[in-house]
Order: sequence, then structure tokens, then C-alpha cells
Amino acid sequence: MSGASNNTGRRLKRLSFGFVLLACLGLLFTDIEVVTSEPWGELARIGIGLLTPDFLATEELGKALLNTLAFALVGVVIGNGAGFLLALVFHWPGVRQTCAFVRAIHEIFWALLFLQVFGLSTLTGVLAIALPYTGIFAKVYAEILEESDQRPWRCLPPATGWLSGFVYARLPRAFQNLKHYSLYRLECAIRSSAVLGFIGLPTLGFHLETAFNQGLYSQAAALLYLFFLMVASIRLWMRLPLLPVYLLAAIGWLPWSLHFSSELWVHFVTWDLVPAPLRGEWGSQTLSSLGRWLTPLGEHALLGAANTLILSLVALVGSGLLALGLFPLVSRLFFRLPGRSLGNALLIVLRTIPELILAFVFLLVLGPSMLPAILALALHNGAIIAHLIGRQSDSLKPLLPGPGSGRYFYEVLPRIYRPFLAFLFYRWEVIMRETAILGILGVYTLGFYIDSAFEALRFDQAFLLILMTALLNLCIDALSRALRRRLRLADTPQQVNP
Amino acid sequence: MVCTPLIQLREEQVGYGPDPVLRDLDLSIAAGEKVALIGESGVGKTTLLKRLYSLVCEHAALCPQQLGLVPELSVYHNIFMGRLDQHGFWYNLLNLVRPRRRDREAIFNLAAELGLEPQLDSSVDQLSGGQRQRVALGRALYRASPIFIGDEPVSAVDEFQAERLLALINRRHETVVVALHDQAAALQHFDRLIGLRDGKIVLDAPSAELSLADLARVYEQ
Repeated sequence: MSGASNNTGRRLKRLSFGFVLLACLGLLFTDIEVVTSEPWGELARIGIGLLTPDFLATEELGKALLNTLAFALVGVVIGNGAGFLLALVFHWPGVRQTCAFVRAIHEIFWALLFLQVFGLSTLTGVLAIALPYTGIFAKVYAEILEESDQRPWRCLPPATGWLSGFVYARLPRAFQNLKHYSLYRLECAIRSSAVLGFIGLPTLGFHLETAFNQGLYSQAAALLYLFFLMVASIRLWMRLPLLPVYLLAAIGWLPWSLHFSSELWVHFVTWDLVPAPLRGEWGSQTLSSLGRWLTPLGEHALLGAANTLILSLVALVGSGLLALGLFPLVSRLFFRLPGRSLGNALLIVLRTIPELILAFVFLLVLGPSMLPAILALALHNGAIIAHLIGRQSDSLKPLLPGPGSGRYFYEVLPRIYRPFLAFLFYRWEVIMRETAILGILGVYTLGFYIDSAFEALRFDQAFLLILMTALLNLCIDALSRALRRRLRLADTPQQVNP
Repeated sequence: MVCTPLIQLREEQVGYGPDPVLRDLDLSIAAGEKVALIGESGVGKTTLLKRLYSLVCEHAALCPQQLGLVPELSVYHNIFMGRLDQHGFWYNLLNLVRPRRRDREAIFNLAAELGLEPQLDSSVDQLSGGQRQRVALGRALYRASPIFIGDEPVSAVDEFQAERLLALINRRHETVVVALHDQAAALQHFDRLIGLRDGKIVLDAPSAELSLADLARVYEQ
């Protein structure tokens, strides 16, 4: 018997090199040219902007921050409540699949859909966050409840009502984890909310895009710094007893002028979203016109899907390599405290800025190609994974003295490689979702074709492409789960608080 | 007074999966009996107790070895859980926030008997191992059922307290089945002793006819 089947290290190595090889092949098909003639000039101007933030440039600044926060808060609270209820019935047929589908569609795509019915309104922003977050909360809460201590539950008198038993024996055991997770999700929601500005909602992204486009880098820097401050300080100001106060303030702050007409809604769902040839009466021509409708669309869909897949693969491998390079910066095994906090700061910055904003800045500097998207995705996700495995490596007790390459390659890397792969594959689905979204910046992924279809008011095409994106996501999710199971990695990497 | 047995096992295989822990088990326990189970750890006492409890759980209080407390809740609420089935959901929910005086007094009196009254409002995660065990015992006692099934219910308290608590358990329940490692206490407080060894019952006799030497034979290699 050859060693390959009973040598875990070799199996993991083969898988890793396989992925690197695929990513290299993928790079051959992507355009990663630096297009701008002088990237350094632009970079220098951005650098000067970052050093001279202008907090007084516009009074819109405070407003944009409050909007960002309010959208996130209301969206997360709704998603939290609905997700919690669904978590209780997660085993019902259909609930799991519906939740998976709902969260496979990115907030921005939901927002683009709601935009057509509710306009640039508060409801659009809130729903765009609340809906996919409901799917995420439902899944994670169901897992948390399932994995928490069941012994008190089994000790209850047999005739105890389900609800009473739940409130006494299960909820208290899971509560801390539920709370931690929702706090982490609030952080994500603030990022989502900021990014929604890129499609016109009055959040941070909107002002950031404007400032960057006009070259007002000092103003953009001020926006970014305040955004960091907001995200970094969450744990200081977010207290459970204060939540109702914040929530009421957020609801009061957001403008709720709503011109909602159910007719418009019904028309949108039963007419606009239906493929054009299938609207109204079906005749003998329907089939052939459906074919004509599908041909260019199919081309876009295939091209977009291929680009999305390749880009996400390259970004996945890039994230992995970066994470392996960066994690020693925050690991107790390699750096002492003052140096380590520098590494921590770097990782916090990288993982706080949403990929879309990072990609947007890189696009300005490097010009339109796939390179900015790859860099943004790899840096953001690499920083997240580096943080997680850095934390894990802290619990190792190395035998070899000194923080040298011996320790890295012989002691730490082999031990953290499995959790590392688990985190990485777990992250694949997220990278995929983000890759699709980067299309709205002009990268030729699915998002680009979806955005163009929306701009051309071809909602039927946009909708079909969104469904395709969701399907692609579900496939990647299944693939990554299969990979993790085959490698006997934890199915759900334990949540280390980021 | 001989009535129909309360619990009866006939040639039963007890355990998990294809390899049962206890084989061809014949055992009957009548109402009013006070039974102690003895035997080495891992011999299947817990498995047997679980099986017995599953047969009579409607009328029995369980005090498991692993306690199964909710560390985040107070001693009061953990003990209250013994009667969670006696009230509706809203009553139970309100009790989490603001207990009724009647419940509060009943549980206070029980906690006083267990020496837990100073800790009544502490959460269980603040307590020592012995205190926790008394909370689990309190929860079982509060259930006020005719049958008590306990798996080492007093293993974590001192000898003097253990004696007192075993007497309390016997006083409050008509029928008692407990696993005990303290052989002297088993002889003193229970009328019938059952010894398990190698997946079988090797001893089953009234305690009046037994001596410590007889019990030691259950453990001998």
C-alpha cells in the first residue's frame, strides 16, 4: 500500500497544491494588467488624503454615518428575530433550503430588486439587510441551539411544555453564544449597510464613492476613519439593555416616507420578473422567442459564471497564502507584544474595510482589470483567516526554541493546517458571493451582467442571473462542505470571535 | 404487604447498540421499597437507573450523576424546574422575572433543609461541587413524586451531610432506587441491596441479612 492514503499530511498537501495549480491556470485566463499609466501618482494623492483627513468637509458626513448605523441596526434586529424563530423550526422540510437560498443572494442584489418596487427608500435598505441575514441567523442559531448542553433539557419532568422547557433549560445554555454571534453579525451588517451606498442608498458607501470619484481624498479618509471608529467601538457602546433605545432612535432617524402600492409590487413580481417571451398569452411563437431571449442571456450567464468562479478560486488561494504569511504577525509564538499589536492593527484594518470598498480604491489606483478585485478579496479574507488561525496557534505549546522557520514549518504549520483549511473552505462561499458583487464596479463577474440588466430595465434577465448566482453559491457551499467532510475537517469551524 | 411490582424487568438486555451492558436482567421493585445499587464504576449502574427511570418517569424524580443543571440560572430557578410541568408557559415565564411568594417560600424551605438558603439567588455557576449536587437533589425533591431515582445523589458532600440527605430522600419518597458507592451508608439506610458485576446481578438481598463483608464480595476481582 502506498503512503498516500494513510498519510494525512500528504493528502492535505496534494489538495493544497491542486488548488494552487488550478488558481495559476485561472490566472492565465484573467486579465491582471495594471492599466493606469502612473499608479504611483494616484497612490501618493490617496496617501496624502489619508494623512490629512478632513472631518469638516461636509455636514453630510455625520448623517451618512448615522444612516449606515441605523440601516444596519434595524436590519439586524429584524433578521435576528425572524432568524431565531426559524431556527426553532429549522428541521421542518423546506425551511433549511429556503434559508440557504435567501442567504445565497447578496445584500446588494436584494437591494437592487427591492429598489425597483420601493425606490431608494428606507424599506429597501432595511429589507436588503434583514432578508439574507434572516437566512444566516436561522442556520447559525439552529446550530448553536443544537450544539449547546442538552442535559438540563433531559432532566425536565416529562410532561413539561415545550416552550417552558425551552425557556428554562435550553435558552439560558445557548444565550451567551447567541449574543456573541449577533454582535458579530451587527459588525457585518454595518459593513453591508455601508456598501449599500454604492447603489445609491444614503449610507457611507455613497459618500465614499462620490469623494473618491472627485478625488476628494481627505474627505474620503475622514469617512473611512469614522467608519473604523464605529466598527471598532461596537463592543463599547452596544449593550443589551440599551438596544431598545438604539432601535427606537434608529427607527426615528430613518425617513419612512413610503409610496408603496401593492399594484406595483404585484406587477413587478408577476410581469417584470417573468421572462419577456413568457408574459401574457402563450402562442406558437413563444418557444422560439424564448430561445432568442435566452441565447445572449445564456452567453452572459456562462461568461459571468466562469469569471466569477475563476476569480473566486484565485482569490481563495490568494487569501490562503496571505493568511499563512500574515498569521505569525498576531501569534504569541512568533512575536512579542508591542510588535504583535502592530500586526493586529493591520489585520483589523484589512478585515474591517468591506471588499467592495477596498476593490474600489484599488481600481482607482491600478485601473480596470481583475487585479484590484483579486487583491481586495485576498487581503480582506486573508486577514480574517490569519486572525482566526493566529488565535488558534496561541494555544499550541511548541517544543522547538525560538520563533524561527523551524518552529513555523515543523511545529505550527502542521498543527494549524487542518483548521486553516476548514476556515478557508468555509470562507469560499463568502468569497464567491463577494466576487459576484464586485461586478457592479465593472469587473466582468455575474454582478456586472446583473447590474447592466437592471440599468437596461431588463428585470427578467437580471432576476434569472441572480437566480444563477444563488445556484452557483449553493453549489460552492455543497462542494466546500463535501471537501471539509472528506478531509474530516470540522463541518462548522468553531466561532472564534473576530 | 405484597402488591404488584412497580417496576419489572424480565430477561432484559440493557444498554446501547448490539453489545448490551447488562444481559438477561430479571429485576422487580415493589412500591415502598428502598433499594441501593452497588458495584464498581462502569459496571452499568447508571445504565440500569436510566432504564428504570424511563419506565416510570411520569411518577419519578431523577437525580442524575451529571446533575444537568442550568448554570446561568439561580438556585431558586433550578429547583423550580422540578415542577415545570405543573404550570403553564406564562406562569413559568413570569416566574423567571418575578417569582410568586408561594413558590418562593416553598423553595426557600426546601433550600433551608439542604443548607442552601444563603445561595438561593446565586447562579449555579457560582457554587461549589457539593452545593451543585444539593441543588440537583433539591430539584428532584421539589418534584414531590412517589418514586426517587438517584445516581450517586450525595457523592460530593461530606459523610455527615450524606447521612442526613439520604434520610431526607427516604422520608420524602415512597420508593427509592439509588446507586451508591458508600457501602456502609447503603447498608444503614436501605432495606434492599442489589450488587452488579460483569453485566449481571450478583447480589440481591434484604440489607438486614447482609454484612459489609458480603458487600465486599461484589467488588472482588
